[in-house]
Amino acid sequence: MTKDELWKPEIPDATLGAGAPPVGSHITDVKSPAPEAELGEVTLEVKNLCTYFYGEEGVGKAVDDVNFYIRRREVLGIVGESGCGKSVTSLSIMRLIPNPPGKTVRGEIIFEGRDLLKLPEDQMRKVRGNKISMIFQEPMTSLNPVFTIGDQITEGIRLHMKLGKHEARERAVEMMELVGIPASRERLDDYPHQFSGGMRQRIMIAMALACDPQLIIADEPTTALDVTIQAQILELMKKLQERLNTSIILITHDLAVIAEMAHRVNVMYAGRVVEEASSRQLFKSPKHPYTTGLLASIPRVDRHGEKLCVIKGTVPSPFNFPKGCRFINRCPLAHEKCENEEPPLIQIKEEPGHSARCWLYEDKQDASVSDEIRRKMLKAGEDMGETE
Amino acid sequence: MSEHFLEVTNLQKHFPIFGGILSRPVAWVKAVDGVSFYLEQGETLGLVGESGCGKSTTGRTILRLLEPTGGSVRFKNKDLVELDRSQMRDMRRNMQMIFQDPYASLNPRMTVGNIIEEPLVIHGIGTKVDRRKKVVALLQEVGLREEHASRYPHEFSGGQRQRIGIARALAIEPELIVADEPVSALDVSIQAQVINLLQALQKRRGLTYLFVAHNLSVVEHISDRVAVMYLGKIVEIAPAKKLYAMPKHPYTRALLSAVPIPDPDVHPKRIILEGDVPSPIKAPPGCRFHPRCPVAQAEASRVQKCRSEDPPLVDIGEEQFVACHFIAEADHIFGESRTRQPGQS
Repeated sequence: MTKDELWKPEIPDATLGAGAPPVGSHITDVKSPAPEAELGEVTLEVKNLCTYFYGEEGVGKAVDDVNFYIRRREVLGIVGESGCGKSVTSLSIMRLIPNPPGKTVRGEIIFEGRDLLKLPEDQMRKVRGNKISMIFQEPMTSLNPVFTIGDQITEGIRLHMKLGKHEARERAVEMMELVGIPASRERLDDYPHQFSGGMRQRIMIAMALACDPQLIIADEPTTALDVTIQAQILELMKKLQERLNTSIILITHDLAVIAEMAHRVNVMYAGRVVEEASSRQLFKSPKHPYTTGLLASIPRVDRHGEKLCVIKGTVPSPFNFPKGCRFINRCPLAHEKCENEEPPLIQIKEEPGHSARCWLYEDKQDASVSDEIRRKMLKAGEDMGETE
Repeated sequence: MSEHFLEVTNLQKHFPIFGGILSRPVAWVKAVDGVSFYLEQGETLGLVGESGCGKSTTGRTILRLLEPTGGSVRFKNKDLVELDRSQMRDMRRNMQMIFQDPYASLNPRMTVGNIIEEPLVIHGIGTKVDRRKKVVALLQEVGLREEHASRYPHEFSGGQRQRIGIARALAIEPELIVADEPVSALDVSIQAQVINLLQALQKRRGLTYLFVAHNLSVVEHISDRVAVMYLGKIVEIAPAKKLYAMPKHPYTRALLSAVPIPDPDVHPKRIILEGDVPSPIKAPPGCRFHPRCPVAQAEASRVQKCRSEDPPLVDIGEEQFVACHFIAEADHIFGESRTRQPGQS
C-alpha cells in the first residue's frame, strides 16, 4: 500500500447481479417492503410458546404464550424494549436457550410440517444454521477472534452442504462478494479484528446466507452500528431478501427500522405480544396504549419540537407480573377489569390482521377508543409533572 | 474580549501511540483537531457525529478531564487551559458532567445519598445537616424520593440511575453541564422521561448544556443549535431547525438522510455513503470527508481541491457555518433541502 492509499475508504464492490447498486456513495429512494400480495405460504408458525427462567426469585416468565407466523418473502418485525422477551423468543425458535436456568416449557414451533421443539438434537442441528440461520447484534462478540473469517464461513457450508474444502472456500468467496466485501478472496484468511464493525456485520450476513436458509432471524442487526453504516446494512438486507426470497424475523427496539423494513409487526411487552398489525396499520393507527405511548415518545428528525410523550413508571419484573393486564401500572386508562383479568388479543374488526391485547376494544372499536387512548397517554405524561 | 458564555477556540487533543523499543510516540491519534464554537448562557448546543469522531473527547477536554494539546477554552472570559489544578478545581463548581453509562458512573459501594453529597463535601459546602437537606431536595427535584438516599445504586433501574447522576451533577449548582450521551443506554420510553427532565431543569435553573450524542433525533429535539463532527473537526454548525431542514455539508446531508423515520408512508431520499470512517491516525489530507463525498467524487477537479485544501468553517448567514468548498454544487446534486417524494409531508 502506498502512502496515498492509506486513507482510501473500503469501497465494497458489490456484485449483486443485474440490479447491482452503483459503486461509491450514492443517492437512493427508501422503498417500502414489497406488497403483501407477493408473499408466499406460511414458513414458520409459533404456537403458545412459553419460555421460563428458573431462579432463586422464582419463575421468570420471559416469553409467555406467544403466537405468530411468518410467510415466505415476508419481513416480520418483533419490537419491544429491553426485557420484553423478544430475544428469548428468537433463541427459543433456534433452541438455544441455556438450560438451566431457562426452559421452553410449552408450545409448538411448526417448520416444514414438523414441530422443532420435538426434534431430536441431531435433527435440530440440521435445521440450525442451514434452514434457519441467525444474525446477532454484536458482530464483535459473535465472531470467534481466533479463527479466520474463511474458517468461520466455511464451517457451516462444509457441514450442511457437504462440500469439500476447496468448494466451500469458493462458496465463501461468493457469499462475501454478495454482501459487498471488497477483495473477498484476499481477505478470506483475515481475522475478525481486521475488519470494521460494518464489514463484520456483512460477514455475519454472509454466514447466515451461506446455506440458502428459508428463514433468517436477525436480532438487533444494526443496533451496534453507526447510522450511516446502518443505512448501508439495511439497504443490503433488503436487496438480498428480495433476490433470495428469504423470510426474515427482524428483532429490534427501534421502531423506525421496523417502519422501513417490515411487512407486519408484533409489539411485545412483558413476555406477551400486546399488538399485532401490518406495519402501515401500526404506525397509522396504533391501538394498544403501550404502542400509542411508545410511538409518541420517539423524537423524530422530520418533526421539530413536539413535546415527547412519557410513559410513566417501568416494566414489571418477569418474576412478579401483575395478575391482570401487565401494562396496568403504567396505563392511565386502567379500570377494574384490567386488574382482575388479563385481556386476550382482541381482533379489530375493521382492520383485518390487526389485534390488540386491551379490554378497551372489547365492546367498542371505532376511532373514538384509540383517540381517547392517545389523549390520555399524552396527558398522563404531562401530569407526571416536570420531574417525575 | 469575548462576550460568549463559553468560547472554544481551535481546541486540539492528540493522543500518542507509543511504539519501538524506547516507547516513543510513533503516531498521533488526532481525536480533536481544531474545534471552535461558542455557547450562550441558557442555550443547548448539540454535538453529534458517529463513533470515533471526537465528540466525547471534545466534551471531556473542555472540562479538562483530559488535558488539551492546544487551543483555548474561555469560560466567562477566563481561559481554563491556563488555570492550575486548584484553580481548575474551584472552576469546576461551575461546570459538571453527566455520563453515558448509569451503571459504570456511580460507585456501587456508596449509598445514593453519599453519591449526591460527595461534590458538596469536596467543595466544602454547608454543614452536614445542610448537606443532607440539600440531598433530599435534589432527589425530589429529579423525581426520586427521600428514602432512596439510603439505598445503593444496584437497587435502581437505568432511568433512575441516570436521575441520580443528574442530581449529583446539580448538587453544587453549576451553570454549565456537559452531558455525554446521557440517554443512549436507556429504553425509548425511559429516554423520553430523562429528556423531559433535562429540559425542565434547564428552564428552572437556567442551565447551559453541551449535549453530546450520536442519536440525531434526540439531539434535534433538545438542542437550540447543533454542531456536526467528522474525524475530529466540526463540518457544520447551525440552529437545530435550520440544520435539519436545510443541511448544507454533504456529510450532514448523508447523516440526516440515513436516519430511519418511524412512518412507513414517508420515503425520503437516502444518501448511502460507501465505506467506513477512516481511522483518525491516518486521516485523509485536505477535507477529511472527500474520499467518501459524493460531491467531491463527482468531478476530478473537485477531488484535487478537496484533497489539497482543508475548507474552513464559513458563515453562510443565519448562524449557519459550513466547512465545504462546494456548497452550491452540493445543492445542485442533492436538491435544495431534504428531498421528500411529492405529495408527502
